[in-house]
Parts: sequence; structure tokens; C-alpha cells
Amino acid sequence: MSVTAFYIAAVIAVLTTFLVITRKNAVQALLYLAVSLIAVAVIFYDLGAPFMAALEVIIYAGSIIVLFIFVVMMLNLGKRATAAEATLLRPRMWIGPTILAAILLAEIAYLLARGNTAASAAHLIPPREVGLALYGPYLLGVELSSMLLMGALVGAYHLGWHTQPKPETQDVRREHATSPDAGRGPVRSGSGRTVGAA
Amino acid sequence: MRRNLLFILMSIEIMLNAAGLAFVTAGARWAQADGQVMFIFILAMAASEVAVGLALLLQFYRQNESLDADAARQMKG
Repeated sequence: MSVTAFYIAAVIAVLTTFLVITRKNAVQALLYLAVSLIAVAVIFYDLGAPFMAALEVIIYAGSIIVLFIFVVMMLNLGKRATAAEATLLRPRMWIGPTILAAILLAEIAYLLARGNTAASAAHLIPPREVGLALYGPYLLGVELSSMLLMGALVGAYHLGWHTQPKPETQDVRREHATSPDAGRGPVRSGSGRTVGAA
Repeated sequence: MRRNLLFILMSIEIMLNAAGLAFVTAGARWAQADGQVMFIFILAMAASEVAVGLALLLQFYRQNESLDADAARQMKG
């Protein structure tokens, strides 16, 4: 465990978290939140939990932030969104998170280049041990969290499914209204043909 | 006080992440894997929480045309 690397990552984590809760722009706050999560991942790596650092980057900084960004994109559609997009590309918006992320990248490159020294190996808890604990005494917790994830999946699907029923029902109603007219044509021609055959 | 629902959800993520950091730090202090196991559970809970929370937020925005948490006082039933 390198003490200076820990302090740099800790300062970045506290600073970016403070910036997240004080920003007014949601996209800027999300950028700082991603940098904050990556800083916490560097702290995990420093604490001897490399598997947790990978999970933090993949799940928190990967999927959860992407979910937030999707929702922010869905909230402002239309002309206002294109005006907002133009402001997002100004350097003022992304220069702060970029500098802080570059510091973290340099730090993790230094830690990886230094390799697993004896000092860090003493604290290291390997993923194998975590997996054995997870599927040993904590097996009930794994089952419960799988049920929780299933419930969240069904709940999110249900909530998202009821958002756009209006255009679909209108289309269905119009089809039902037009189908008797469309069906009357073949019946009439068919009846005429039977009359002609008779 | 901030009343934007998106920022409320982001702050919940920060708080859950802080709890996970405390668990991993305690696990590293006593050299046990239990802290990391608890962090995995917190991660699963945070992922499911944010999925349901953002779906609710979209429904809220469709109904109220705003993200102000005070707009929910108009809710009936």
C-alpha cells in the first residue's frame, strides 16, 4: 500500500464528490461522479482489493453512470437538447474531470508498473478468497440478492412499459375502426360473384 | 436544499458507495474477505435501486413535467 498514492486518490475522491453535490448542470455532475467512483476504485486497489476495484469501475462507473446518462438524454429531447449539446462540448464543461481522471490514470499506471511488491502482497485479499466466502457462508445472501435483482428487473420493466401506452392504443383503435370498411370490400365483391354465378 | 430528483438519486449512489468503502476498508484492516463480500451485496442493491429509481423518475417527469420533488405533493391516491 502506497501512502502517497492513497492520499492523492482520497483527495481527488473528496474533491469530486463535493463538486458533484454542488454542480447545477446534471451532465457536469455526472462527469465528476464518474471521476469520484474511479478514485474510489484506485483506493480499493491500494487497499489490496483488486477485484473490488474492477467491479467498481465496471458496474458503478460503467453501467450505473450510463443509466443516468440515458435518463438525462431522455429527459430533454427536442430543440432544447441540441442547444444543450452545444454547451456540453465547450472545454469549460469537461476540462476539470479530464485533468482529475488523467491524474488517476497516471497514478494507476505507476502502481501497475511498480508491480506487486511485498508490502502490498501482505494486505492483498485475492479474489479466490472472496469467491470462497461468497459461495460458502454467504450463499443465502447470494440467493437473496438474485431475488432482489429479479424484482428490480420486473419492476423497472413494469414502470417503463406503462410510459407510452397512448400512441399504441390510438393506432390499434384506428385499425379496428378501419378494418370493417376494408373487410366490406371483399364481402361485397364475393357476394356479387355468387350472384353472377347463380 | 436541492430538490432535483436526479441529484437525490446521485447522492444516494454516493452514500451507498461510502458504505461500501467503509466495508472494504474494514475488511482490509482485519485481513478478512467478509468486507468485500458485503461490498458485492451493496453493489447489487445499488444497481437494482438505481434501475427502479430511474424508471420512477421517468414516470414522474412524464406526469409532472418537472423533476422537483415538491411537485409530488400534488399526488393523489
